[in-house]
Amino acid sequence: MHAALRWWPIAPLITLLVAPYSALPVPGLLDGPLGSPGSLQLIALCLLYGALATGYDLLLGRTGLLSFGHALYFATGLYGTDLGMLELRLPFAAAAAFGVACTALLALLLGSVSLRVTGIGFSMVTLAFAQAGAILVQRNPGGVTGGEEGRSAPAELLPSGLLGIENTANLYWIAVGYLVLTVAAVHWAVHSPAGRVWEGIKENERRVEVLGLRPYGYKLVAFVLSGALAGVGGVVYLLLTGGATPQAAGSDATLALLVMVVLGGTGTRWGPLLGGVLYTWAGHRLGDLANSNAVADLPAVLRVPLSQPLFLLGALFVAVVYLLPGGLAGLPARIRAARSARSVRTPTGVPAARPTGGTPA
Amino acid sequence: MDTVVLLSCTGLGLGALYFLVASGLSLIFGLMDVLNFAHGALLSIGAYATWWAGTEAGFSFWLAVPFGTLVGTAAAVMLELFLIRPLYSRPRDQILATVGVGLAVPALLMGIWGADARPFPQPALLAGTWHVLGATVPVNRFVLLAAAALLLLTLRLFLARTRYGLIVRAGVEDRAMVTALGIDVRRAFTLVFAIGGAAAALGGALGGLYFGSVNPGQGTSLLIFAFVVVVMGGMGSVTGAAAASAGVGLVQQFANYYTGTGLGDLSVVVLLAVLLLVRPRGLTGRLA
Repeated sequence: MHAALRWWPIAPLITLLVAPYSALPVPGLLDGPLGSPGSLQLIALCLLYGALATGYDLLLGRTGLLSFGHALYFATGLYGTDLGMLELRLPFAAAAAFGVACTALLALLLGSVSLRVTGIGFSMVTLAFAQAGAILVQRNPGGVTGGEEGRSAPAELLPSGLLGIENTANLYWIAVGYLVLTVAAVHWAVHSPAGRVWEGIKENERRVEVLGLRPYGYKLVAFVLSGALAGVGGVVYLLLTGGATPQAAGSDATLALLVMVVLGGTGTRWGPLLGGVLYTWAGHRLGDLANSNAVADLPAVLRVPLSQPLFLLGALFVAVVYLLPGGLAGLPARIRAARSARSVRTPTGVPAARPTGGTPA
Repeated sequence: MDTVVLLSCTGLGLGALYFLVASGLSLIFGLMDVLNFAHGALLSIGAYATWWAGTEAGFSFWLAVPFGTLVGTAAAVMLELFLIRPLYSRPRDQILATVGVGLAVPALLMGIWGADARPFPQPALLAGTWHVLGATVPVNRFVLLAAAALLLLTLRLFLARTRYGLIVRAGVEDRAMVTALGIDVRRAFTLVFAIGGAAAALGGALGGLYFGSVNPGQGTSLLIFAFVVVVMGGMGSVTGAAAASAGVGLVQQFANYYTGTGLGDLSVVVLLAVLLLVRPRGLTGRLA
């Protein structure tokens, strides 16, 4: 491969960075022109979820840990930062650091407990912890979390450049920055010595133990790193949406991350990002579709399923699991394999000759 | 004293509900290594089928419950045949497929009958209360307990005394060996799914009595506590699941009453964490 080609991700990155200056209309994909605040907000959300999925894949695709509690760390970053400003009256930067520190600490604590069980037990325990967090947020202890409504971020403590609809581009760039941070961190971690061990753990944990390494510590590092990245995502989400809501903590949020990663392709560099962007975009567009007149006029048999985005996404997920085992990222390789299988067959018109068993040597 | 009795009965009733869900989950997991995320959806299907039969179709309650259970069983069998079976060689994808179903079914129910809770028909016979040791306890707690006890007894008899029970027990122990002995273990898979689906759907129908209403998210929220029960009981063990269900239900009710709502649910998770720290393999010490 040509050396310069290795730097191809720079080109889409530059495109992303200059997108706010563009007034290009993208009919079908986005409602307004590319640089309009509404479009930028949607793209920023897509990139945020793409980055979150990439961080989650550090557990699922790189270490083979099926965690069902990732939303907890996202929500901790989100609520930690928000409450740091609201309750502790910290300035935004300090509150963000506080939120991410809380997230890393929580991931360390809960990770060290839940990694004591392996396999599916680990999935169930992480799910239980995340559910406990979701219940805690919902029940609104001491009026701190705001219960069902959540709490909006205090405008007076946020930097003025991050407020108001005319500054959407700044938030968008922050989302791009978070994406770059996550992709770089995951790339670096996977290629570090610990990353090699993660790969070994994913393939065969027993053999890693036989080599004299303790998988527990390595898994904990992956868990904390992935959790901390999700916590940073929570901070970005707080800026983007202007508040913390309990939906971020629910088990549906973790399942959504899982769907994104599987849709894009686990254990690949760009798959989870692609899956996260597509899922978020589809979720928004399907929501619009569900409320549109075209759907309202359909007979009930078609209208009911089409008006439920979660139904469509769940069905899509099952279809991807069935028909596309490697996710979208595995698609080019599958097509190539199918094509080369065909091209081997076509020139001769007969299947490739194989040595038959009967011929004596 | 009467508060303690009431809390105990309610806690055990809730535990019975957990057991109806967790017993199937535990068997399915033990035999097939599939963590069935669609189990909550099966419960919701059972609950809505019972509700539909009892109100819109005008069945009596005593016909509606078997109808709901039957629908749930059929859904479970279809899930196994059409979704799980083609993925036998890909264990993780089996789990992911059930996650998709677990997302899609409640959404579909919500699309058809709305997001709001629907009041559940209460037959006159079960709507009253009983006086136990000075406490006034709603009868439906005892209905749930009776159903759970009956299920536990039936499952134990089935596992210990029948040929298929033997195959299931052997399959939980070592699936490859059972296959190597020339026994088609896949039929046992479908059977276990049918049993689990029936128990979950019955749980949905009786849960409607317990909560007084049905809503699309009920199954999913119960499922999470059922997971806790399965982990605590030792995965694949029905008796362990029964003990853990009772414990979880009691802890939840007492903590909710004495410390304020919400803490009961949290204390269950704390209990799980403590148990895992002390005994990583669950109550019965089975290998996870």
